[in-house]
Amino acid sequence: HYAMKVKVLSRNPDDYVRETKLDIQRVPRNYDPSLHPFEVTREYTRALNATKLERVFAKPFLASLDGHRDGVNCMAKHPKSLSTILSGSCDGELKLWNLTKRECVRTLQAHEGFVRGVVVRFCGSSFFTIGDDKNIKQWKMETPGYGEEEEPINTILGKSVFTSIDHHHKDAVFVTSGQQVDIWDEQRTSPIRSFSWGVDSINCVRFNPVETELLASCASDRSIVLYDMREAAPLKKVIMTMRSNTLCWNPMEAYHFTCCNEDYNLYTYDMRYLDKPYTVHMDHVSAVLDVDYSPTGQEFVSASFDKSIRIFPKDGGHSREVYHTKRMQHVICIKWSSDNKYILSGSDEMNIRLWKANAAEKLGMLAPREKAAVNYNQKLKEKFQHHPQIRRIARHRHLPKAVYSQVKEIRIMKEARSRKERNVRKHAKPGSMPVVTEKEKHVVTVVK
Amino acid sequence: MIVFWVVQGGSDDERKHCRLLEAISSLGGKTRLAMSESELYFHGSLPTGEGDKINLSDLIGTLDKAPTALTATKKQLKNLEHNHTALDTPLTRKETEQIQRVVAFEKTSKEVSRWQSVVVQNQKAEQLVFPLNQEPSGPKRMEHVVSGWKAQTPLEQEIFNLLHVNQQPLHNPVLTQNEEATMKAMSLEEAKIRRAELQKVRALQSYYEAKARREKKIKSKTYHRVQKKVMRKEYLKRFDEMVKTDPAAALEELKKMELSRMKERMSLKHQNSGKWARSKAIMAKYDDGARKAMQQQLEVNKDLTMKLVIPTNEEDEDEVAEALPDFVNDAEPILDPINPWMRGKLSTEPAAQEESNCLVPPAAGPGDVKAGDGPDLLREEEEQVEETEEEAILRGFEERRKLRRAKDAVEVAPVVMEESEGKSSDDDDEVVEISEFTSLYRGLVKDHVEPPVEPPRAGADPCVSQGEGPALLEEGLVRVRTLEDMELLGQDVSACEPAPQTTQTLSTEQTEPQSATKQADGKRKRKKMIDPNEVLTKEAKVIKVPFAPTAVEDVEDTDEQRFIIKEAFAGDDVISDFLKDKKKQESAGMPKVVDLTLPGWGEWGGGGLQPSRSKRKRFRIKVAPPPPRKDQKLLNVILSEKRNSSVAAHQVSQVMFPFTNPAQFERTIRAPVGHTWNTGNAVQKITAPKIVTQLGAIIEPISREELVKGENQAVTGKSNLRSDQGPQQKRRSQQKKKHKHKKN
Repeated sequence: HYAMKVKVLSRNPDDYVRETKLDIQRVPRNYDPSLHPFEVTREYTRALNATKLERVFAKPFLASLDGHRDGVNCMAKHPKSLSTILSGSCDGELKLWNLTKRECVRTLQAHEGFVRGVVVRFCGSSFFTIGDDKNIKQWKMETPGYGEEEEPINTILGKSVFTSIDHHHKDAVFVTSGQQVDIWDEQRTSPIRSFSWGVDSINCVRFNPVETELLASCASDRSIVLYDMREAAPLKKVIMTMRSNTLCWNPMEAYHFTCCNEDYNLYTYDMRYLDKPYTVHMDHVSAVLDVDYSPTGQEFVSASFDKSIRIFPKDGGHSREVYHTKRMQHVICIKWSSDNKYILSGSDEMNIRLWKANAAEKLGMLAPREKAAVNYNQKLKEKFQHHPQIRRIARHRHLPKAVYSQVKEIRIMKEARSRKERNVRKHAKPGSMPVVTEKEKHVVTVVK
Repeated sequence: MIVFWVVQGGSDDERKHCRLLEAISSLGGKTRLAMSESELYFHGSLPTGEGDKINLSDLIGTLDKAPTALTATKKQLKNLEHNHTALDTPLTRKETEQIQRVVAFEKTSKEVSRWQSVVVQNQKAEQLVFPLNQEPSGPKRMEHVVSGWKAQTPLEQEIFNLLHVNQQPLHNPVLTQNEEATMKAMSLEEAKIRRAELQKVRALQSYYEAKARREKKIKSKTYHRVQKKVMRKEYLKRFDEMVKTDPAAALEELKKMELSRMKERMSLKHQNSGKWARSKAIMAKYDDGARKAMQQQLEVNKDLTMKLVIPTNEEDEDEVAEALPDFVNDAEPILDPINPWMRGKLSTEPAAQEESNCLVPPAAGPGDVKAGDGPDLLREEEEQVEETEEEAILRGFEERRKLRRAKDAVEVAPVVMEESEGKSSDDDDEVVEISEFTSLYRGLVKDHVEPPVEPPRAGADPCVSQGEGPALLEEGLVRVRTLEDMELLGQDVSACEPAPQTTQTLSTEQTEPQSATKQADGKRKRKKMIDPNEVLTKEAKVIKVPFAPTAVEDVEDTDEQRFIIKEAFAGDDVISDFLKDKKKQESAGMPKVVDLTLPGWGEWGGGGLQPSRSKRKRFRIKVAPPPPRKDQKLLNVILSEKRNSSVAAHQVSQVMFPFTNPAQFERTIRAPVGHTWNTGNAVQKITAPKIVTQLGAIIEPISREELVKGENQAVTGKSNLRSDQGPQQKRRSQQKKKHKHKKN
């Protein structure tokens, strides 16, 4: 009962014959692990190479838009067009830029003195500017035709200087700040509602892009105040140790906002729990002047007086990226483009700079295979991110000497302070000096 | 207050009046205010301050004069008078505002908290696709619209049938075939332009041809010579330029030149056999110029016919052997399961075969035949390595062995395990199966992770930051632009890394090759014979090889092949090599005697004088022998207790945040992600990016619709951010509108 088994080599032509010549050739593969040994080492090498290449290709600076005759004080994104951006300078001039052509398409003398703020209406058909001349002006987005004069559609003469402006994301309502927070209907020349709490002037006010009736402002009495447009009174106020310059709401998380502070840090708050910030973001070495969230809500970018731009993950305490160039001076305003690809920074020395949000990213369309390779490399970098060589290379950044030495100095100062605190605590009565966390340190009080 | 409440009906006018007065007072100064107050007094019905309250009886007193119709109200008021519960004074403005704020804040925070589920969901999501509510923007293509539509009514069906008959395209209804053909045809203008171009090209061509012909007709030799010279000069110039600008093209050109040279060599030109050469040869006797020309010609010939030196094969091989990095030697799957040399892995099977083969002395290498010592061939051969007769034959093998050893160091089965691996000989089989580096690697990782290696150092050292906290960047003054810079960075790391502990520097140091050979000599005297049975204590285990040939080969054939291999690698014995290696390591591990005698110290010194014996005895220090080696009883295993410092620089020393224990970390590292190890779909799934954005699409802030969806999902437990808008959302928007109306 023993039958000899003869194995014959035969293949089904379906397995290897293409139906048409346009089909992709079938590549038979054998995934037997014994045929592909050293997977860890090979992937490690690939990851190392990918990391190195990433750093080699990290060239974030794309272009510089020059044309302003004074420092760029404010910028605004167009809500419907990616290539359009507006910028106002300290001499009252406002410029519209075409980013694809990298040129200025329109210039208008909007105000006397600073242009304090500019905001585009949610539909993109017009924009509002405020200036040191106490005016609110509404302008058409289109360039006036031949022979027409460059004139605002509306002008509202205010009682005091306005410091910032923001537009509601759905309704014909905008908000200004100055001595108080005023909410305006576009059709009226007087505010429909005014909020004031205390006498100090308010630097910045922003609408919540998600819960569109909510507002937040920062004032020069070091406070951040929340408002609801539907209510008669403000909601809550938190006073910090130093003044916050601007703030920005997370466009994907209704209750999170980040404010940039004079004490070199940024603070992300959950608006429901103002007694301590959700995250403290530190790395800057001078006052932080502006902040803007990426439209995906995963990261934000900050502009600082220390002549650098930093990108922070929304819940990370430290920055993942720092951008600087030799010629860039104090960065006053910053915007993250609404396709999540670019960053725009306006600075003191009259230039607007265009940066890539991901320094090593290849721009433009990617072939599917390219995309797959990018994804694979990304995954590898992520997988081996804790290995010392890879981490070292991935994290290394060049800093200008001034900033570098400042960083060092600040570190030393911090260490000294903590050491002193430790020593004092050692000699104090046990329990009399409770440990205050970094998050709690910066909040003075919450006012109801 | 009570007053107003009671007499509400009649006091409308009064209130209006008050308001007017207030307005006036706000306009004017003090006098106005005073006047308005006096007026109030005049009316007499208002309280002047908090001190004097109005009594109910005062009010009722006026009613007394009224007719009896008001008796009911009178009664009620009297009842009221009996109740002495007066309302509290109103709160101050500050307090009321605070209460308002608290209430409003609670309300809004509750409203905002509805987003919690969505936010958490997005944080946990494997992948987020932006823009969130994505619909294909722009006008849809006609094909899509058409394909979604089906003929339903009989009329439509009839029309479709007609279309079918006439071969009208249905699914690609852009153009018919004829239309396409006409589209492909050129337009008139295009054709004209093209024709003009062609005409021009043709004319130029003819001019060029005419010129060439004219030049060719010129008989002057000097003209041609000059022309040629010019051409050559130009060519050289161009070539030089090309070398600078486009080396690849230059190389191509060089190849062309080479080819022409070769052709020249093959032809009979410049061989002094032409007419001109012959005539010159005759003239050379008398004419100096002719002689010179001849000589020149000869030189040219010499140049052209010189054979180029081609590097020999041997040198090439050597170079390869040196240049080969370890990783190039990745095991390649080779089909033959029998041949251990070809596989680069020493499985147990070939060893077993060797064992069986040893019983019958094979007619293997010539060296062995000459030795002719019967069953002890293996050992004898080793003893006679130095013998001159065999040297020639063995040198070749030696070379190969070197190559192979380089390979073995990485991957061969005699496992060089790290001590920390902690596996005994029981697990040998398993260890063989795992690729060697992984096991090594794992061991090292474990070794690293279990004890907290370094105490935290204080200081501004950049290395500190990696262990210290979550700092994302390591900022420095160095700009990294090229891969070379990157290497330097890597070196920095290794410098920062704590140096691998060298506790037994003396004992573990590699001995110089000389001393090693000496010791080996000494050993040889002691032990000459190793029985393979003793070495291979384990039963042979057949390893299944994935590409085992399905067709059965002839037995004779395999035998023959085996024989050939045996013959080829006769002097090449893996087992004895391994044992030698082990011996070497053992001897290297033994402590050496340290001689600290200083000649001439305390006595006469100089040439030919030895320090005294007692002194030598005194200053020779014998180090205590190290503890017995762990692989003492494991014959086919070398356990190296050294830490490979070159690997250490690449290893993780801490369990980083998302991981809680080393095993977890190792597991993630061990799972490969590439398409070499995973199927295409799996790779796509594994490497899917966390955030996907669309090129050129504006990402709007999350809208309230998502909230509704999120709430739905929380109920159903699904997570699909892109689900379509449901009826609920519509309802919600309606509610919103109502809300607005209320506000207004």
